[in-house]
Amino acid sequence: MAINTKKNPMPTQAPEVRKHNFEEVATGYTVEIALAEAQRCLNCKNKPCVSGCPVNIDIPGFIGKIKNNDFAGAIQIISQSSALPAVCGRVCPQETQCEAKCTMGVKFEPVAIGRLERFVADWQLAQPARTVTAATPNGHKVAIIGSGPSGLTCAGDLARKGYAVTVYEALHKAGGVLVYGIPEFRLPKRIVAQEIETLRRSGVQFETNVIIGKTLSIDELFEMGYEAVYIGSGAGLPMFLNIPGESLKGVYSANEFLTRANLMQAYLEHPVTPIMKGGKVAVVGGGNVAMDAARTALRLGAEKVDIVYRRSMEELPARHEEVEHVIEEGINFHLLSSPMEILGYCDETDARNPKNGFVTGMRCQQMELGEPDANGRRRPVPIPGSEYTLEIDTVIIAVGTSPNPLIKNTTAGLQVNPKGGIIVDEAGLTNRAGVYAGGDAVTGSATVITAMGAGKRAAKAIDAKLMKR
Amino acid sequence: MYKILSKKNLNPTVTQMEIEAPLVARKAKPGQFIILRVDADGERIPLTIAGIDTARSAVKIIFQIVGATTEKLNHKQAGDSIEDFAGPLGVATETKDIQKVCIIGGGVGCAIAMPIAEEFRRLGAEVTSIIGFRNKDLVILEDEFKACSDRLIVMTDDGSYARAGNVTVPLKELLEAGESFDRIITIGPLIMMKFVTLTAKPFGVPVTVSMNPIMIDGTGMCGGCRLTLTRGGQKVTKFACVDGPDFDGYEVDFDEAMSRSRMYTDFERAAHAETCNLFAAEKEG
Repeated sequence: MAINTKKNPMPTQAPEVRKHNFEEVATGYTVEIALAEAQRCLNCKNKPCVSGCPVNIDIPGFIGKIKNNDFAGAIQIISQSSALPAVCGRVCPQETQCEAKCTMGVKFEPVAIGRLERFVADWQLAQPARTVTAATPNGHKVAIIGSGPSGLTCAGDLARKGYAVTVYEALHKAGGVLVYGIPEFRLPKRIVAQEIETLRRSGVQFETNVIIGKTLSIDELFEMGYEAVYIGSGAGLPMFLNIPGESLKGVYSANEFLTRANLMQAYLEHPVTPIMKGGKVAVVGGGNVAMDAARTALRLGAEKVDIVYRRSMEELPARHEEVEHVIEEGINFHLLSSPMEILGYCDETDARNPKNGFVTGMRCQQMELGEPDANGRRRPVPIPGSEYTLEIDTVIIAVGTSPNPLIKNTTAGLQVNPKGGIIVDEAGLTNRAGVYAGGDAVTGSATVITAMGAGKRAAKAIDAKLMKR
Repeated sequence: MYKILSKKNLNPTVTQMEIEAPLVARKAKPGQFIILRVDADGERIPLTIAGIDTARSAVKIIFQIVGATTEKLNHKQAGDSIEDFAGPLGVATETKDIQKVCIIGGGVGCAIAMPIAEEFRRLGAEVTSIIGFRNKDLVILEDEFKACSDRLIVMTDDGSYARAGNVTVPLKELLEAGESFDRIITIGPLIMMKFVTLTAKPFGVPVTVSMNPIMIDGTGMCGGCRLTLTRGGQKVTKFACVDGPDFDGYEVDFDEAMSRSRMYTDFERAAHAETCNLFAAEKEG
């Protein structure tokens, strides 16, 4: 049988259809496609793909099970390493991780590892009466702060070992960025809910509406009998551009826009939480969050969506697949373009005009790429006289987030770096005994899987430490 | 779920409730706020804490019925429960080094001003309270203020009760008569706080204002509650949820805050009307 040199394509909703709904864009492999794709795996002895996975899933192992039609066996292998397979199969940047190391990828397209992971995870979620049993309690208590990917992974790994784990969440719903940030059409909320339900059944307790640093402090958690604490509070603080006009009505941080649309369900026909819908929308930034915001705005009924990014297509940090989807859906890119000022309506003759203070446009200037900066990315330099104005009703700023300072400010002696990230050693231990941290709270905004890897390492370190006692 | 321990209508549009929330009650300080949701799928709204009873694990909230969510909340009775109640959020009101304080409340803002006045009384400060309302029917908490103030001045805009005029009138008189306060703390409509600040300015009295902008998470995550301050000649952006809700009145851009507070006015009006219709239909049906 000749080798299929290309990945089996992912079935998707047609762009013209999907841009008007919030249903999932990629509909997932069928059994037939999954079996065909699994055949492409060469089952290399040295398993290069595993080293590309931040949580070291035995990739050839689970693909081998798929080849044998043993989907239950496949998910069992993944579950040994990952608490959130249905999430990772959807949102991991596989092209820079496992798939980048795939031997097939040297000559051809790599095996579609992420799509296969999603296939088996979805297969399992569709099975009736999944039995999840809690491990035998080992008598030790651990508290997790934040129910995002990092905290959930740490909680899952510890619960499997018999720890009594409580996850504290500041919002009313567990899931962190998976529920407030990543939109429905990329990661359906029912998938997140099912993964959390699996953790709950394995014995993890969830306490919502508890803001650690406000409702309870880390010191109080130790007083309550927890022997270790893992901080996975994320990078919640949105950054702005610090240009004139950012306080006009119609300017959102991507966090606010996405939280309104996702967590607060402003996309419903009769929402209880308002959001500005329709009109002309500009999204500033080039990461996955910028792509999510642009596509959400489109689905909320925008007549035109522009992504304004100060570098070129090559430097765009978003996942390739997302960028392709964005282009297919008819969203425009204003590349090498940087906002200078957001313009607002101002009726000089009538201060009470209700249109006053709403966004009308954005002044931008063209850039060219100059010398590489400290990170090796070529620095954008303004081109004099290239200013232009975009007519806009809504601006969404998606230029990154920084770690939330609530915990740092209320935990005596906890060391952070100049950017606010908590300082940890390789195992995730902070300078405070028994306090571990990981994910965006340490690194600043990164990916779901990196955060999961950190949660995993910390779980291992916490286990080693508590078992030594 | 969080149980409503008591409910009392303070006037036709303002309601007081005590909510059972042990963790919040244990930590809450005057000036801080909570975020609640009335039911599953409900909106998150911030309300500043109006009192704490640690013995009963009760947190008092006082709210004006202005939109769909407060309308729904007002339809709940003692013994019912609400879905979510998270806090205490924000920074507590600064009370250090203040021996003589003037507390100025406007309308439902008096609900938040009152526990602050009580706190200063407890700390042994001399408390002057000025509270203002649109008319006689809207006067709330007069007795409570009397109990914790060395001097209380009540104002109504239309003169239907006590003195006629707004709160800046007696403030100006006191300051002109040579009264010296260590600090003025004002809570109420943005326009009132703006004019209290302007009135105090020529006399150089420090002014603290309590901001209550549109918010979602209350933990610094969305930036929707941002304000512009002018500090040392520089414009800086601050988040009311984590940096406030108290700010130096001389630094706040009130006009911008007023504009931002009207971002969703049409939506809110329509949603409130719809909710009222639903309750009316329920009653008839």
